[in-house]
Amino acid sequence: MTTLLEMRDITKEFPGVKALDQVNLKVKEGEIHAICGENGAGKSTLMKVLSGVYPAGSYDGEIHYEGALAEFQGIRNSEDRGIIIIHQELALVPELSIAENIFLGNETARAGVINWHEANQRTSALLKKVGLKESPTTLIDSLGVGKQQLVEIAKALSKDVRLLILDEPTAALQEGDSRKLLDLMLEIKAQGVTSIIISHKLGEVRYVADTVTVIRDGRSVSTLDAKAGLSENQIVRDMVGRDMSDRYPARERRAGKMLLEVEGWNVWHPEHSDRQIIKDIAFNVRAGEVVGIAGLMGSGRTELAMSIFGQSYGRGIKGRVKLHGQEIDVSRVDRAIQAGLAYVTEDRKSLGLILDETIRFNTTLANLQGVSKGGVLNANAETQVAEKYRKALRTRTPSVFQKVGNLSGGNQQKVVLAKSLYTTPEVLILDEPTRGIDVGAKYEIYAIINELSAQGKGVVMISSEMPELLGMSDRIYVMNEGAFVGEMPADHATQERIMSLIVNE
Amino acid sequence: MTSTSKGIRAHLASHMRDYGLLFALIAIMAFFQIVTGGTLMRPVNITNLFLQNSYIIIMALGMLVVIVSGHIDLSVGSVMGFVGALAAVLIVNFSLPVPVTIMVCLVVGGLIGGAQGYFVAYWRIPSFIVTLAGMLVFRGLSLWLLEGQSVGPFPKSFQLLSTGFVPELFPDSWGAALAAVFGTRNFNVLSFALGLAAAATVIHMGLKKRARDLEYGIESEPASFFWGRTLIVSAALIFLMFKLSTFRGLPNVVVTMGALTLIYAFVTERTVIGRRVYALGGNEKAAKLSGIQTERLTFLAFVNMGVLAALAGLIFAARLNTATPKSGFSLELDVIAAVFIGGASMSGGSGKIIGAVVGAFIMGVMNNGMSIMGIGIDYQQVIKGLVLLAAVFFDVYNKNKQG
Repeated sequence: MTTLLEMRDITKEFPGVKALDQVNLKVKEGEIHAICGENGAGKSTLMKVLSGVYPAGSYDGEIHYEGALAEFQGIRNSEDRGIIIIHQELALVPELSIAENIFLGNETARAGVINWHEANQRTSALLKKVGLKESPTTLIDSLGVGKQQLVEIAKALSKDVRLLILDEPTAALQEGDSRKLLDLMLEIKAQGVTSIIISHKLGEVRYVADTVTVIRDGRSVSTLDAKAGLSENQIVRDMVGRDMSDRYPARERRAGKMLLEVEGWNVWHPEHSDRQIIKDIAFNVRAGEVVGIAGLMGSGRTELAMSIFGQSYGRGIKGRVKLHGQEIDVSRVDRAIQAGLAYVTEDRKSLGLILDETIRFNTTLANLQGVSKGGVLNANAETQVAEKYRKALRTRTPSVFQKVGNLSGGNQQKVVLAKSLYTTPEVLILDEPTRGIDVGAKYEIYAIINELSAQGKGVVMISSEMPELLGMSDRIYVMNEGAFVGEMPADHATQERIMSLIVNE
Repeated sequence: MTSTSKGIRAHLASHMRDYGLLFALIAIMAFFQIVTGGTLMRPVNITNLFLQNSYIIIMALGMLVVIVSGHIDLSVGSVMGFVGALAAVLIVNFSLPVPVTIMVCLVVGGLIGGAQGYFVAYWRIPSFIVTLAGMLVFRGLSLWLLEGQSVGPFPKSFQLLSTGFVPELFPDSWGAALAAVFGTRNFNVLSFALGLAAAATVIHMGLKKRARDLEYGIESEPASFFWGRTLIVSAALIFLMFKLSTFRGLPNVVVTMGALTLIYAFVTERTVIGRRVYALGGNEKAAKLSGIQTERLTFLAFVNMGVLAALAGLIFAARLNTATPKSGFSLELDVIAAVFIGGASMSGGSGKIIGAVVGAFIMGVMNNGMSIMGIGIDYQQVIKGLVLLAAVFFDVYNKNKQG
């Protein structure tokens, strides 16, 4: 096979940081090439260099594409040569239809007048290719994340793609949707398109990739041949620079006395008051216990958590929440916090953090009373609190005066956690606590969860990653379509048992 | 390149905006001082400058809070005019005592702000629309209230709100002695003493903050910059107060304005409620999930704006000594421009009180200087518009460069 793309000794510096240090990447024609690395390792920077977001001249090193030196001046430039990136954050316009999105900026027009017939026809053909049955006029808004991802790929295919780059394509997807997407990648490969996939999920990498390049701290560490059978541990070792024999840190399991009890919990949709989202759910958490909630995306897990946490979701909420056997008032977020609950959101960027503000600002935000007297803030106390949590959670940052928007995903997650921990909760509800963060940071988050449980706190963990639930929980509730359909101790649980409970409903 | 010069360059890059604003104000003042042949810095003109801009600055304080919270208030000019009209009607037509009138007017301002805030906060109607409606409504109500006529004049006690001066506390002999030293006709010792005290406070607070930053390892500004900035600000304070003291002393309205500026700077930067406003504007959903009652906070920001607009209306009416149906027209634009020149972001979550005040002074000095030069109102508008665009462009340009 010939080499389609070769990046040689790419070095990219930002003021004060060397983001990439002599990175080498060689992608062969027609293969699926995976790039693995911890968050902040430099994967996205490398892709920005490749696509011309950082134009030629702003980095050192050479890019050879289709056998010739390529100096892309912008994304338009690289797209013309068939290099198309699908970003983690989808770039579709929700209010427009599938066809409108696919041909956005590339309209099937003559003298500015769009030929809708042609657009829809071509869209239909593209949708068939990616396995979508939707009509071309369906609004993006009404599609789930998984299908939106497929539309993105259809859009890429409409542009005569030669090299398709997928940046964490399955980060927001459910297992079934992920599998569909990966199969689609294999199919596109069969049609001769070369792909690069950036992913944290090693199972997926093993499933689709022919070659794996591991990047650590801005350097390319190794290039592994995946076809010869590659163990996940091998990749992990190169990613973090150490052996990771146990992915879930050990915890002494002991459930103490009853902490949180939720009874007869019913929630209706905030806009469509006839749609019941949560149906008569009851569950409990003991002191020191980690309780997992399994379920597909859209099963109502987040809605359940947010409705309990100060009625942040839904209307017409009915039911009781008890802590230490006493009913508590959770009708407002500040009251829920006061009562001893904490909720760590799955969407840290839009619901968890104020990205333009510092770590210190974010850490104390949910408990400003703790760092103020008579309504006046004490800056020193704030700094001390932020420092304390920075050390305790091992947040990697030059200082607590760093903007959280500049941190990597794992470190941002730690700041969200710090914010919740500073409210000294008794029960923490963690919603996808490790979404989109790298293996090393995941391990640290697990260690923090174990520490909380050792302190006698109750932890509710919502996760789409089944192995994580099985590895971390003491007990697992299975949720489907707004109701709990099963409960089992974690040592009796298997992925198959959980899935069969969901499917049999 | 040495490490210190690199540090200075990095510091300059990240604080371009703050220095730029200060530098722009100084440059603009120097420019007009020269082209007006020294008229700008005459004591009487400086006094006038403060009187002319006091109501803009007072409203800019409230507008900064509204803009930081992620909203806008287009109605302030009309509300200001309406409250001035209300005061005139109550005092002149109904002979209500001045203190009662002032209280009533401030409460009415709060109610107006509350009414608009209610729709913005609890019904989530965009503030642009609610306050655009408010602007039209209160323009109309001012006309109706005054029946299209100007109403005035006001009693002396009401005029003092704007045109009064703080009485001299020091013995007259001191003033006479200092007047002789400086070779001026009269000298108000109190205002000069306050100028010295203010300068000393600026230096003291600056040093204290610097010491604390160093202790916590926060990247502090290079010593040369710190002293340069602090000494310029202190010298400017002393200079201004010196000028005022050689005229009639300290206008009442400067005291009101200065006190409010300090209070709002403190509240926005050092208190829980101030912090929450920044959180609300920075990311409303995250603020809500952190236990902040975002609706109530938005509501309060508008109530606050209403009260300040009412205060501005009273001062404006007192200064003109009459309420006219057209007073306050399009003043909201000057106020909003001042806040944006001062570095606040349109999307909320950032901006500082001191920036808004400096922004208002930049607008004020330009108005004043161009009027002295005899530049027509047509050109004045064009130049002000371009300055606003330039200031915001400078902001965006800097942000992009920092990447």
